[in-house]
Amino acid sequence: MSQRLHSQVPSGPLETKWEKHKFEMKLVNPANRRKFEIIVVGTGLAGASAAASLGELGYQVKAFCVHESPRRAHSVAAQGGINAAKNYKNDGDSVYRLFYDTIKGGDFRAREANVYRLAEISTAIIDHCVAIGVPFAREYGGLLANRSFGGAQVSRTFYARGQTGQQLLLGAYQSLMRQVDRGQVQLLTRREMLDLVVINGRARGIIVRNLLTGELERYSADAVILATGGYSNVFFLSTNAMACAVTAAWRAFKRGAFFANPCFTQIHPTCIPVHGENQSKLTLMSESLRNDGRVWVPLKKGDTRHPNDIPENERDYYLERIYPSFGNLAPRDVASRQAKYRYDEGRGVGGKEAVYLDFRDAIKRLGKAVIAERYGNLFEMYEKITGENPYEVPMRIYPAPHYTMGGLWVDYHLMSTIPGLFVAGEANFSDHGANRLGASALMQGLADGFFILPYTVGNFLANVGFNDKVSVEHDAFREAEDRTRQELKRLISIKGNTSVDAIHKKLGRLMWDYCGMSRNREGLKKAIEGVRQLRELFWNEVYVPGELNEINPELEKAARVADFLELGELMCWDALEREESCGGHFREEHQTADGEAKRNDERFCHVAAWEYRGPVEKPVRHQEELVFENVKLTTRSYK
Amino acid sequence: MHQEERLMSLTLKVWRQKSPKDQGHFETYTVEKVSEHASFLEMLDQLNEQLIREKKDPIAFDHDCREGICGSCGFMINGEAHGPLKRTTVCQLHMRHFKDGETLTIEPWRAQPFTVLKDLMVDRTAFDRIIQAGGYISVDTGSAPDGNAIPIAKPKADWAFDNATCIGCGACVASCKNASAMLFLAAKVNHLVSLPQGQVEREQRVMRMVAQHDDEGFGACTSTGACEAACPKGIRLVAIAQLNRELLRAQFCYQEGSKEEGI
Repeated sequence: MSQRLHSQVPSGPLETKWEKHKFEMKLVNPANRRKFEIIVVGTGLAGASAAASLGELGYQVKAFCVHESPRRAHSVAAQGGINAAKNYKNDGDSVYRLFYDTIKGGDFRAREANVYRLAEISTAIIDHCVAIGVPFAREYGGLLANRSFGGAQVSRTFYARGQTGQQLLLGAYQSLMRQVDRGQVQLLTRREMLDLVVINGRARGIIVRNLLTGELERYSADAVILATGGYSNVFFLSTNAMACAVTAAWRAFKRGAFFANPCFTQIHPTCIPVHGENQSKLTLMSESLRNDGRVWVPLKKGDTRHPNDIPENERDYYLERIYPSFGNLAPRDVASRQAKYRYDEGRGVGGKEAVYLDFRDAIKRLGKAVIAERYGNLFEMYEKITGENPYEVPMRIYPAPHYTMGGLWVDYHLMSTIPGLFVAGEANFSDHGANRLGASALMQGLADGFFILPYTVGNFLANVGFNDKVSVEHDAFREAEDRTRQELKRLISIKGNTSVDAIHKKLGRLMWDYCGMSRNREGLKKAIEGVRQLRELFWNEVYVPGELNEINPELEKAARVADFLELGELMCWDALEREESCGGHFREEHQTADGEAKRNDERFCHVAAWEYRGPVEKPVRHQEELVFENVKLTTRSYK
Repeated sequence: MHQEERLMSLTLKVWRQKSPKDQGHFETYTVEKVSEHASFLEMLDQLNEQLIREKKDPIAFDHDCREGICGSCGFMINGEAHGPLKRTTVCQLHMRHFKDGETLTIEPWRAQPFTVLKDLMVDRTAFDRIIQAGGYISVDTGSAPDGNAIPIAKPKADWAFDNATCIGCGACVASCKNASAMLFLAAKVNHLVSLPQGQVEREQRVMRMVAQHDDEGFGACTSTGACEAACPKGIRLVAIAQLNRELLRAQFCYQEGSKEEGI
């Protein structure tokens, strides 16, 4: 194991680690908390909940977001729900079962202790969210409703219609605004973090660009928390919002924070397919549709008949054919990969990247009214986007990048390899291993922000004390600000002939083809070469209109794409060197005779954490071995 | 197979304004070969690509999730907030609802508290300040009872949810002749007051939020219902009636001395 990767997992039995550790950690006297300043970057579920909770405790918090308001963060778009081991349904759920499902779902590539703590905290999240007014779905008796999700055998998912993310985010946002009202949190909106300031090996502040004035601003603190989301937009087309970027995490990486498992990305199987060149993003259709819809493609290549004219015996219900026991409910990674194979065989709908999701049989069996009751709003949304009526014509769907399990490496305290830099939510790598289960992203974001960081950040601050302050006049701030300004000026000064989006689209296509649902050695090497060429093209040919000191959305995009062009290469290296298939990472060289993922626990039961070594040198790969003391490593099978 | 993709060309009269101090003006553009499957924002992306190619300044507009839920996007299309389709934000408005050769006038939300920042971007931080003035339940992390400790009747929970779906886009303000934000305000007050957890701060919440609304410069409600027609989430005018009742009730019940400490 690398010298620098100490997981800090406490000793003792799994069930009591967190409880015991909460007692072991140091506390900050309530009267001293106001002497500490904490920066929180990002105000989605993880960031807003962290800023609110730390403000409640009495720390001086500054919260930053790129949006005009914290309520716009992309957590808002999560549809399905949030898991919690409440066992309200008396159906055999428990903290241990949620822990086990999550660690198995992640294909045994996450830390036992972190995942157990997540499952343990899950119940308190629901209690707190109810208390702050989140309008969860309820039964007629007035108690909270649950549903099952993502193939789990228990009903543990709490939800608020199809807008759980929105309601949870508004809850966290309102708690945050309450602290703004109390003067505990200073809110700085329309600010984008462009550098991390590290002094004597410790994170001491950030450089942000004020997106309204274009000015660069310096902020210092005793600790910095990044809650800046995932990097699916490296693929250009994804279900992420337009402003989702790796920039904050990437700049921290370049200042010494290790980046873990960058190749672990989740491709969600049921999204609305690409309509054409000008498509800007993809829309997810809830996974629940696969409960009644049947997935198929025409048996013959290049079959251009209307789907309703293709007779039963000329249809290939491939998921039912290959996975007779799970059928259309095969897990996300498996369903996505099989759709890709159909397209590769030339059997995508209309020769394009699309397969059918057909409700004809379900409507025949249950009647249109039942289907409308179950999926009415989703059908409406589909029709709004595509102009086609799914009651009459099968839906067309295709997988799309949705979530990134990889992220900045953190220890049990959610602290990165840079002391004083904490990372929460999707931005860290911690809890989902190689594949995330449905309804667990919201759970993790809020666990990190409400219930973990308030303890672990306090512990860090108690250890460093409040006398060691730095000024924003320190040379390190000046250096970081100058460097940031120079890079932005350079982007504007290139004045080439290619737009930022045009290059981003090329990068996306390359990553999608070679580092997407299925990867192989040759393809990844080709992609590394391709990404390097695109980077060269970008820095010679990009055209960024406007000036530095004004509202300039193209400049914002350019800076983000510059980082994606570096991250893309690292993702390929990580995928290349992980010589196994696990979860969302499928290496064609490592599959069973019948085409399923083949893990290699002897060689790869570890976290790969990459260390930046300058602009020329390749980052160095470190390993954190994963030790499983409680669960047995098994092979996932859905046949 | 599926029918052929229809392409159209459009004339756009777009409001251009460099900064809040700039006077602003309309400029006319033509976009060719717009796919009927593109969203309205993708059509603007296409126009921006064209402007970038011509080395001109692209049009600035707020947008993010492009799924109709974050509330970032929104502007007037031919005088209608979010355009002609009911209950739809501009990011979910697709070009198949427009005709080839059509002329569209696009301008930002117009309301005194919503300063135009650039082109179609406006400043809606007044909404945050209204929420800050009491649009929350004062419970610290860690002190909550079990989630099922207080049952809530389903119709009440559903009504709370209906109000909570507001995305804070500002269409209600932009479509109101008084630039009133009452629908936005009512949605939040009703969401919280419909839940037992929101009872404790019931009176001071509504009074503070209404006062903040007025301080920001939003106008009064005269019940014309334009907000309801423009709301992409279908928040109903009856929400404002409930808000009025809450405000009246608070004015009778609320006493200075009862104000909770620490707010």
